[in-house]
Amino acid sequence: MIPWTIKFERRLDPPRYLGWLVPVLSVAAALVATAVLLAVFGVNPFETYRAMWDGAFGGLFGGDVYSLSETLVRATPLILAGLAVAVSFKMKFWNIGAEGQLVMGGIAASGVALFLPGAVPGIPQNAVVYGLLMGGAAILAGAAWALVPALLRAYLNVNEIITTLMLNYVAILWYSHLFTSVWNDPQGFGFPGSALFERFTWFPRFFDTRLHFGLVLGLIAAVFVWVLFDRTRFGYEIRLIGDNPEAARFAGVSMFRNIVLVMLVSGGLAGLAGLSEVAGVSHRLQQGLAADNGFTAIIVAWIAKLRPWAVVLVAILLAAVFVGGDQIQISMGLPASVAQVVQGVMLFFVLGGDIFSRYRVRITRTAPAPATEAV
Amino acid sequence: MVEAGEVAVAIRGLTKKFPGVIANEGVDLTVNRGEIHALLGENGAGKSTLMNCLAGMYAPDEGHIELATGGRPLRTVDIRSPRDASRNGVGMVYQHFKLVPNQTVAENIILGADGVPFVPKMRDIERQVRELAERYGLDVDPTAYIWQLSVGLRQRVEILKLLYRGAEVLILDEPTDVLTPQEADSLGDTMRELAADGKAIIFISHKLGEVLKFSDRVTVLRGGKLVETIETEGADRASLARLMVGREVLFRADRDEQETGDTVMRCRGVAARDDRGLPALSDIEFEVSSGEIVGVAGVTGNGQAELAEVLTGLRKPTSGTIELLGKDVTDASPRRYIDRGVAHVPADRLGMGLAGDLPLTDNFIMKRYRHQPVSTRSFIDPKAVAKMSERYVERFGVKTPSIATPARNLSGGNQQKAILAREIDAGTHAVETPFIVAAYPTRGLDVGAIETVRTALLEERASGAAVLLLSEDLDELFVLADRIMVLYDGRIMGIAPSESLTQEQVGLMMAGEAMAPEASA
Repeated sequence: MIPWTIKFERRLDPPRYLGWLVPVLSVAAALVATAVLLAVFGVNPFETYRAMWDGAFGGLFGGDVYSLSETLVRATPLILAGLAVAVSFKMKFWNIGAEGQLVMGGIAASGVALFLPGAVPGIPQNAVVYGLLMGGAAILAGAAWALVPALLRAYLNVNEIITTLMLNYVAILWYSHLFTSVWNDPQGFGFPGSALFERFTWFPRFFDTRLHFGLVLGLIAAVFVWVLFDRTRFGYEIRLIGDNPEAARFAGVSMFRNIVLVMLVSGGLAGLAGLSEVAGVSHRLQQGLAADNGFTAIIVAWIAKLRPWAVVLVAILLAAVFVGGDQIQISMGLPASVAQVVQGVMLFFVLGGDIFSRYRVRITRTAPAPATEAV
Repeated sequence: MVEAGEVAVAIRGLTKKFPGVIANEGVDLTVNRGEIHALLGENGAGKSTLMNCLAGMYAPDEGHIELATGGRPLRTVDIRSPRDASRNGVGMVYQHFKLVPNQTVAENIILGADGVPFVPKMRDIERQVRELAERYGLDVDPTAYIWQLSVGLRQRVEILKLLYRGAEVLILDEPTDVLTPQEADSLGDTMRELAADGKAIIFISHKLGEVLKFSDRVTVLRGGKLVETIETEGADRASLARLMVGREVLFRADRDEQETGDTVMRCRGVAARDDRGLPALSDIEFEVSSGEIVGVAGVTGNGQAELAEVLTGLRKPTSGTIELLGKDVTDASPRRYIDRGVAHVPADRLGMGLAGDLPLTDNFIMKRYRHQPVSTRSFIDPKAVAKMSERYVERFGVKTPSIATPARNLSGGNQQKAILAREIDAGTHAVETPFIVAAYPTRGLDVGAIETVRTALLEERASGAAVLLLSEDLDELFVLADRIMVLYDGRIMGIAPSESLTQEQVGLMMAGEAMAPEASA
């Protein structure tokens, strides 16, 4: 018989320090577990970690910000889409469609950048005006794409998980169709992608790196969502609906209004993520906009427990794992699958570690069995 | 069969701690075969925790448990799981039944039981269940699906489940809370049968009446400690209540005579359907005036739930009109009802009245977050929220570690106090004479909390509120209500001043007999 008994007891009032201690320990445990795994593959774990670190943050302390900037570029769409997901999840409205809303935002912004200067030459051709126009278009497109499942749910009680998920594929196919044929660059030698946007539609870049204005947009969005959640009536109402829809009805909260509003905000934020990718990184509509950021955003929002500041942090950490993962493929010659295993183990531990902030684990020595014991 | 009167269970010096709370401290308890032993105490006195230790849900921190089951002498046993408990002849019926709705009675009974073959012969099992049911008068069809059964029948299935596993010690946690008075009596008969058969019955309760009626001995717990174990014979309500709360309790609230004011709520010819779309209310016509409490009596399921929802704007009537302070609000939204001073203490505290996982602050502002000082335009002011919350906690004596504690972590009585504080304040804030709909506000509460709730309702009456009180406790209605209205099958059987009515008359109306003309006033 095992001489110990392990019991999970629910914590009634979890202490605050667990909020950061548990994730930190989870990451540490993930590193140890991954090290074992890597050793089994016959790879030196320390070298691998070193390579990952170099890829994600390398040279940071020597004043070289290149690696960090790449990580932040990777994090930017995750921040915006993660916030988008967090807003709807707060109401327990399961918007799985951030990917599609992001793509629609990217298409709309590209449309403005590609065709507006020619169609209405009178518009001042500078970054501010076009930034606002493209931003508006991206928000509208993302919100409109999210409005469809919102209305279906509000009027007909159609399950939003299915509708938001399926609309992703509609958006992605539409976008592929656009950049491969309809909007394909006539001078592009058949290369799948639209023409390059005019310079004045590009987001400003910082520090001579690819780091662009999208990150600033993400931070502004985080402030916006934080205020929304913590300081507004709207935030209170979605919190109430999220926790107990019956209590919300009892308090006179309109379900219809909030479903529509939440999805407009959520879709709009996801649309901005699309804008940020086309105006900040690719400067054209091409392969790579639908890079699963909308799906990864769900993991980001979940690990962050839907807290806007934590979304920013988690997005950066996850981006570091992705960029570091790419790095070990290059510098260590490891297959992409190993990088994915590393990423998977980390997520597994961070998500799984959460149980320790909600439950107390007690390991007690089993008393020596009395002679008459009947178990 | 083992002799009755022998010790079946002995709990010695049991202590169980939770983070920040000592649920049980040094509790000793012995229960004999053939005995119905009541475990009495207020909410949070540690009754359920103690029994959960015996049933293997929790492991005690100190102390041990001795059992004389399975034909063996009293011995120390190490119970680490419900399965261990079950193998040692101990079983518990929980407050929230643990049944699978879309499986049959027989399937539920063998679920998790020892010695059931991989492919069970259902016919044999059904026969066994039928025999057991017959033997203890627990009539229930083994082939019926759980979802088809009433709450009372489901409870029988839970008891049969224990008997099938050969339980000799049966623990029932607040078994009568969900039952009608008739079902409760029949449960009492069952317990006596079981005891006569040599089983040891422990039943947890906070209701003095049924403890006196059903039990042989009573153990009273207070604050996790044992107060006393006494013979039921010779005990009375007052003595038990004193043991339970440690002081004298008033069972009579003082309802001063007072003039009623203007009509606050008037409904005419109201009809409504229930959730399944079947007629639930028809031709409801009455009014409630400022300064009076109108009590609603009736057997559960005769339209009370729908009445409370219709009068608070949560359910739209199919016909008829509802007026509040002289204004027609029949088709208004729940929000408009709130703005016109409708306060609602719902029957289901955590289901509707509170958002359990949100902090108390969020729960306190539910009815007032749209207005100053809680919010200005679209923005909520956290300072104003905190101030209001502190005021509520203070005024109603809500016991909570802080105003940021999730509502779910409060005891039932404190949850109800929190709801009352919020509703009364929101109502009186909206209009001078609010309309308070209180649905079963004292259900499941301990004596102390019941006192708080009743006092609060009477205070509101005195300051001009119009109160509609739904209750299944006739004593409570007669104590608190100025007029009593009886619902049967969605219709009003009669409505009259409570002084002019007897409990028998109300009982007859509850059974569907319209009020005799001479009794009406």
